[in-house]
Order: sequence, then C-alpha cells, then structure tokens
Amino acid sequence: MESHDGAWSLKEVQKLEGHTDRVWSVAWNPAAGVAGVPAMLASCSGDKTVRVWEQNPSSSSWFCKAVLDETHTRTVRSCAWSPSGKLLATGSFDATTAIWENVGGDFECVSTLEGHENEVKSVCWNASGSLLATCGRDRSVWIWEVLPGNEFECASVLQGHTQDVKMVQWHPTMDILFSCSYDNTIKIWAEDGDDDWHCVQTLSEANGGHTSTVWALSFNTAGDKMVTCSDDLTIKVWETDSAKMMSGDGYVPWSHVCTLSGYHDRTIFSVHWSREGIIASGAADDAIRFFVESKDGSVDGPSYKMILRNEKAHDMDVNSVRWSHGENRFLASASDDGTVKIWELVPVI
Amino acid sequence: MVSELINANPVVYEKKERRVRSTPSCVDEYAVEPIDQLEIFDHLRDIKDPEHPYSLEELKVITEDAIEVDDSNSYVRVTFTPTVEHCSMATIIGLCLRVKLMRSLPSRYKVDIRIAPGSHATEAAVNKQLNDKERVAAALENPNLVDMVDECLAPSNGLAG
Repeated sequence: MESHDGAWSLKEVQKLEGHTDRVWSVAWNPAAGVAGVPAMLASCSGDKTVRVWEQNPSSSSWFCKAVLDETHTRTVRSCAWSPSGKLLATGSFDATTAIWENVGGDFECVSTLEGHENEVKSVCWNASGSLLATCGRDRSVWIWEVLPGNEFECASVLQGHTQDVKMVQWHPTMDILFSCSYDNTIKIWAEDGDDDWHCVQTLSEANGGHTSTVWALSFNTAGDKMVTCSDDLTIKVWETDSAKMMSGDGYVPWSHVCTLSGYHDRTIFSVHWSREGIIASGAADDAIRFFVESKDGSVDGPSYKMILRNEKAHDMDVNSVRWSHGENRFLASASDDGTVKIWELVPVI
Repeated sequence: MVSELINANPVVYEKKERRVRSTPSCVDEYAVEPIDQLEIFDHLRDIKDPEHPYSLEELKVITEDAIEVDDSNSYVRVTFTPTVEHCSMATIIGLCLRVKLMRSLPSRYKVDIRIAPGSHATEAAVNKQLNDKERVAAALENPNLVDMVDECLAPSNGLAG
C-alpha cells in the first residue's frame, strides 16, 4: 500500500449507544455495505445481548436494528458473521455458541452449539463458510462442520494449549486454523486430508514469540503475513513463504519478522489488518493506533511505523477494533465504556 | 466449606489511627480533590479477610505504603501481602481489592493488583489471573464467588470479636 505518505487523521463518524455493560467485540457483515445493501454491524456485550446496527442509506447514520436477547445467560464475548452474511455466530461465557439467522430483518436463533466446559471466548468462520471454530477457557479449540438446514456437527476437539484460549482465526484463503492463548503461544492447526486435525506449529517465546497472554491475531489480505498482540505490551508481525504456500506442497511454517514495542503501556486487546495493509490496534489505555510497513529500506527485513494514534478513542479500555470490508477506511471499535464507535481514517493532504 | 483454616493463627496488628483531614482555609467548592494514597487505603482497609474476622489492615495484608497512585494519569497499583506463603485465598483477596476499587473509583482509573514480590509461592500465576480482565469478568459472573466477595466487602457491624 503506497497510497499516502503524509499525515492521517481519525474522524469519529458516530457513537453507538445502547449496551448496558462493556462491549467486547464488533463484527462487520461482509455481505452488507455493498451493492446497495446498507452496511451492518454486530456488537456483543457483558449485558448478555448482541446488537445489530444498520446504516440508513439516505442519512448515512447508524441505528440499532435488532437486540438479540433472552438467549445467552451470561456475557456474550465474541460474534462473527458467516461469509455469506446470512448467519451470525455468538460465543458466550455461558459455554454455548448460538447461531442466528437473518430472516427478513429479524434475527432468529436457529441453533445452539454445546460442548465447551466453560466460557467460550471466540468464534470464527472459515473463508468458505463450511467450518466454524470456537475456543474457550477449557483450553480446547472446537471445529464444527456446517451442514444443511443449519445443523452443526463437531468435527474435531483440539487439545494442546495449556491454558485459556483467547481467540481463533481461520487463514483467509486456506483451511488452516490459528489460535492464541493465555499460555503465551499461538498454535496452528491443519488437517491431514483424513479429517484428522492436529497442531502443525506452535509459536512460542522460543521462536521470538510473546512473553504473556496473546489476545488476538489478524492476517493481511494475501494471507502471507500475520499480526498478533499481547499482554506483554508488544505487537508482533509474522510471515510465511507465500510462493511455497501457494504451491500446495504441504505445510509451510511461520516465522517472526518484527516486534513493535514501546507504543503501548497497557495490554493490547485487539489488532486488525486492513485490506490495504494498515494495522489497527486497540488497547487498555483507551487508545487506537495505526501502523504500516515502513519502506525505509531496512536490510534486516520489513519494519513498521506508527502513522497515527488517538489517545482517548474511548473513555475506557478498547476491546476490539475492526476494519470494514469495503473500499472505504471505516473502522469500528468496542469499549468497556459500553459504546461502539465508527471511525473513518482520512488522509490529510 | 473449608473445615481446616489455611492460617489458623494469623498475626493481628493494631489498626492504624484514622487521620482526619484538615479543612483548607480557602475552600473551592468546585475543585475536585485528587485521589491520593490515603483515600485508596480508606476504601480497602476494612475489607474483611475471607477466613478470619479481621480486616486486611489488621492482618497487614494491605498497608498505606503499598499503594501507588497517580491521579493525573488515573492509575493505581495495590500490592498486597497474603498472611501465609501458600495462601489459597490470595486470589479471593485480590478479587476483593479489585471489586472494591471498581465500585469506588471513577471509571477512568486503571488498576493493577499484585502480590508483594517474594511473599507467595505462585505469585506470578496469581498476578496474571488478577490482571486478566476477561478472567476477572468471568469470575464475577460466578454467584458463589460474588457472594464470597460481597461478604468480605460488607461493612463490619462492629460486633466482631
């Protein structure tokens, strides 16, 4: 991405209020915001509900379209739309994952996935929407197969992490699953063709990895780079050999390329890589920061620089930051202050 | 319920006398007093130990000096010393401290809770749990745990002895 070498500014587009407890996560509907379909966003909260927000096409302002309540009996920690945008998965501290279907603007809970022994921390669909991954404090990662008629079948229960698993993310183009944990590691899981999933790599302190809980991970568009963030106050960038990866000759390992430290002095809860290559981070210091790869010719490999920081993005911890899928530079953030904010990153000429 | 107390004979210290703040000669009614060490200590000193009918102050689990506060940066760190090295109540005490501060301080505050270095066998593990916001949130959704914490935080009726 070399669209702008100058300064940037972060414009607050709107503050979405309604949740009555902290907001943990936000997710943009990938099928909305294009081809005349109004943009749509889901948020989930400690108030045990999920809110679906929609943008009014004529006024451009956002309103709360639906409140998904009376299903989860505890905090809803994570939400993720299926690639088609028709289904929304929500993971809760009540140990269940609910699947909601958008039926003409009304959201119905069509399935409840049980199995985790305690709090579910994250949910994520693979690129084709055929698989759903969940993880939780019981240290396990579950892979569910999506069957016709909104049926879900457990395909595998992956053990390996020695502590609470904080997030799962599928690779953007291949069915390889990544998980990060309170045990300070990132684990990579692949299937050997026989529906047998196993851990193919662990990124730990020994490989240049984190020294405390890893809270989140995100891939660049090409899928050859990954960014992770941690309670150790750093953001790390990893990469894999993309040519080898494309040739499909078996698993290609990931290696550490860069550590961004000194930018945050409290836990970084969320990182997200935009389509264009801008990394957004949200932290416990109430701030949102933006980083891009620096082309300043470092011989040792790529380096990254911070292009902008909004120190008081929220009144309390920022728990989640997410770029929208579209052509624009819209970002949603969720906070302990109970609000969701929509931002636009704008180049300053 | 635990029939055998972990520390059956704790050392009980005298309570520090409560200092009355002197009223300034010129009172600006609109000025907000910065939060200081004593104010934080006042919020925490009377929290009851989960096992014994004594306060955390009386057991010297917390002292005024073990509180670091920087009001201009909305930051506080409380260091506490469990009565015994293997105290399994350490996590509960830490949770009580957190909950009391959460209920007493403005929401802008960032709070770190830690065990005094060298005073507990698994201090790194306990510290990590106490400072993992998600773990704390989940724990506080457990009604049994909340009851225990509320017990410790309830004001003493003055009849303990």
